[in-house]
Amino acid sequence: MTAVDDRPTTEVGRDRRRKEDQRLITGRTRWTDNIQLPGMLHLAMVRSPFAHAKILSIGTDEAKASTGVVAVYTGADLADSQGVNINAWPITPDQVTPTHLPVPADRVAHSGEIVAVVVARTAAQARDAAELVDVDYEELPAVLDMKEALKDEVLAHPDSGTNKSAFWKLDSKEQGSGGDVDEAIAKARQDGIVIEREYRQQRLVPAFMEPRSTVVDPTGEQISIWSATQVPHILRFAIAATMGIPESKVRVIAPDVGGGFGGKLQTTPEEFATIAVARKLGKPCKYTETRSETMVSAHHGRDQWQKLTLSAEKDGTVTGLKVELLADLGAYVAIVGGGVPVLGAWMFNSIYKFPAYQFNCQTILTNKTWVDAYRGAGRPEATYAIERIMDELAAEVGVDPIAIREKNWITHDEFPFTTVAGMTYDSGNYEAATEKALELFGYEELRAEQKQRRESGDPVQLGLGVSTFTEMCGLAPSRVLGSLSYGAGGWESASIRMLATGTVEVVSGATPHGQGHETAWSQIVADRLGIPFENIEVLHGDTQTAPKGLDTYGSRSLVVGGEAIVRAADKVIEKAKPIAAHLLEASVDDLEFSAGQFTVKGTDKGIGLTDIALATFAAHNLPDGVEPSIDADATYDPVNFSFPHGTHLCAMEVDTETGATSMRKYVCVDDIGTIINPLIVEGQVHGGLVQGIAQALWEGAEYDEQGTLVSGSFVDYTLPTAADTINFVSEHTVSPSTTNTLGTKGVGEAGTIASTPAVVNAIVDAVRHLGIDDIQMPCTPERVWKAIQSAGSHQAAAPVADAQPHFGDDAPNQDPAAGSTDGAAQ
Amino acid sequence: MTRITVTVDGVSCTDEVEPRMLLVHYLREVVGKVGTVVGCDTSNCGACTVHLDGRSVKSCNVLAVQADGHEVTTIEGLATNGELHPMQAAFHENHALQCGYCTPGMIMQAVDLLKENPNPSEEEIRVGLEGNLCRCTGYHNIVKAVAAVAASSSSERSSV
Repeated sequence: MTAVDDRPTTEVGRDRRRKEDQRLITGRTRWTDNIQLPGMLHLAMVRSPFAHAKILSIGTDEAKASTGVVAVYTGADLADSQGVNINAWPITPDQVTPTHLPVPADRVAHSGEIVAVVVARTAAQARDAAELVDVDYEELPAVLDMKEALKDEVLAHPDSGTNKSAFWKLDSKEQGSGGDVDEAIAKARQDGIVIEREYRQQRLVPAFMEPRSTVVDPTGEQISIWSATQVPHILRFAIAATMGIPESKVRVIAPDVGGGFGGKLQTTPEEFATIAVARKLGKPCKYTETRSETMVSAHHGRDQWQKLTLSAEKDGTVTGLKVELLADLGAYVAIVGGGVPVLGAWMFNSIYKFPAYQFNCQTILTNKTWVDAYRGAGRPEATYAIERIMDELAAEVGVDPIAIREKNWITHDEFPFTTVAGMTYDSGNYEAATEKALELFGYEELRAEQKQRRESGDPVQLGLGVSTFTEMCGLAPSRVLGSLSYGAGGWESASIRMLATGTVEVVSGATPHGQGHETAWSQIVADRLGIPFENIEVLHGDTQTAPKGLDTYGSRSLVVGGEAIVRAADKVIEKAKPIAAHLLEASVDDLEFSAGQFTVKGTDKGIGLTDIALATFAAHNLPDGVEPSIDADATYDPVNFSFPHGTHLCAMEVDTETGATSMRKYVCVDDIGTIINPLIVEGQVHGGLVQGIAQALWEGAEYDEQGTLVSGSFVDYTLPTAADTINFVSEHTVSPSTTNTLGTKGVGEAGTIASTPAVVNAIVDAVRHLGIDDIQMPCTPERVWKAIQSAGSHQAAAPVADAQPHFGDDAPNQDPAAGSTDGAAQ
Repeated sequence: MTRITVTVDGVSCTDEVEPRMLLVHYLREVVGKVGTVVGCDTSNCGACTVHLDGRSVKSCNVLAVQADGHEVTTIEGLATNGELHPMQAAFHENHALQCGYCTPGMIMQAVDLLKENPNPSEEEIRVGLEGNLCRCTGYHNIVKAVAAVAASSSSERSSV
């Protein structure tokens, strides 16, 4: 070998190309829908077209007689075997939690709910026959608007007596982490600044690319369940807890899973119905949804009204923040549905030193699709509102948005810092991230251009948006979860198996759906054990090979699961040490471990870890009393959350004549602690950014007055395309977390959390001089144009009807719903 | 049922299909080419994109019977003699995929895009991929991968 090995000495920090890619780029994939089993039957669901209705009768005869149909089941047929969809986080002891049956027998509470299941030899036959099921409904009044729902005049669930699910409050004075917010606001009304705003977090659809699919094989001693899920372990628990099947009889497998973003952390009616049917028939069954079914049946995200009252001194120093949230849960309290808005309790105060704080959250039931975690889960909502209102404070004080943040943020020498909400942020450096971002962005030059465009009256105005965010990741210390009445712990599990021939299996309880765990975990173990990256196999997502785990959500895999792997690796070394000492005829105390080798201090005697693995496999020559295994398990319960942060800057051009907006530049500098693989991190940031930008500009789940999801397909739900987006500048500063060995903080949600307010702040900044201080999301050209018109700067402009006479009342092909799609009332 | 003969990834397949069967369902359920996937039911997502006689089509938008007598290439047939197609290699090298569900369709579309326009601008790449949705990558690295293939084949051409 003459080539110089110029690789970095560590795997951690390398931009390794992903191990996962080979099978994904060649089509050798194991999506759930790809699975075919002998004798497998296919399911189709009959779904309610009504938002709220009694089921009077279900006629199944014609469907049963259809070609290839094996059975048709109604809710009554499945009543004793279908289990129930659980809520794992009742946020208050008196939370109203309507029973959520996978297939209800007598009443549906949102459109898209399953009322019957058709089983046939092929999927096409099942779908054909589903059309023949004759359901007689009696429509009930539906409540769709959460503010209407608060009045309890129309009930989403008549038996509950109220639409209010739960009220949850955090008060800094009551819990001793800060002052009295009402006093702070009252004082500011006298001699300071009070800003009151109400922001709308529209309802979103997670829109993972792989539709959900479940295959159930009941023919073995264990029932095998493949599902497109983020949470195979939680699903196994929920099946055992509610379906009357012993947990030991249930094997759940999440094979290749095509995206999740929180949307697949649910245990779903479709999974439970498929299991119930497969058990009844004793045959393997598959259910794969259509995209239109995903849209109405898989949980949605966000959907809040956010009322904020911020008090400050005249110079812009913040003195208090009061938050009053209304959160629409949809028809049922999903697995962590009630808890998602509550996560905002620790996030609205963000990186700012509010001396007094209060968070109030009212969760509400309506007759719409259920709502649960979507990328960021509670934190994007909070970040949006605080970052929007900090801009309003800057405008009120008359300073740059950066200056108002500098005045109020936690400085780098104040860490660890316990916030007014009671969280202790371990590390961070907001100044450094901001300074780097401003420089990469060319902030001063863009401000100069903005000034010039304003002065020249350019019809295309430029706006700059700032978002200095933080988030809490690494869910979560089990004790904290217990104190919040969460139904599970927050630990994660890992095992390392040292194979006799020198390769290594790493078993992880965290289960990926695009995050690249197989690559990143290999890098961690390669460094820790001195094993080549290529010789490490990462196993996950099957309760038979990875029996313990709490799965992947909330940017927890690396921070919690990665730490479990580190600890398992350290245990391997500890277990190997006495064997190494024995084989080297040395004392344990004289051994050192480095780069995969045990060496005797001060000598050239040594033995490799893989040699010890082989010697342990043979077990011919082990020290007395030592078991023949150096494999190790570790289960890690985090001691704290982690707190990534960053500064995101966005430049938007706004055409004041048409309302059209276009993104000119986007720069982000994120501090996510130690970076294991910069390539994967960059990908996570890019994807996160576009999801957050999409909330700001394009996406919204819109219902009509009957409770039908009108943006219920990819035609109407406007996901961004390559042509809608730009290239991003993403950089980093590094303040390692102090609460885990690797110093990692989590990156999965950062882009989504930070980008939405950056974009809207930029649009508002572009038109603020016209008298505009808010535009509701998504900031479509129509809404921007309307805001500009109503702000009064274009009073002379012609009204819509005159400008577009072909939309006159007597014109043909008029869509009466066209004017109601701004979603403001939903 | 209608008898069709379709060459799929170089193999001649003769099957009886319902006239209503979509090409994508034929590929997945009859031929077993499950590398090609279904992401929507409205022809928006492009996850099912394959080549029909060398040109990209959304296979949910073609009936199996329309493919009778034609040649289909799926993601599974793109690599030749164990060598990745340059577009597959570029997606790997540029981290242009995460969950990988849109990837088969995205790669097939990207290959066709460069066939049509070997030296596209960034804008032309973005517009050329407009019919293929990705929820993971934010498109940044996909655009980069396609540009990288275009750049390397144009330098190959100029060096010949």
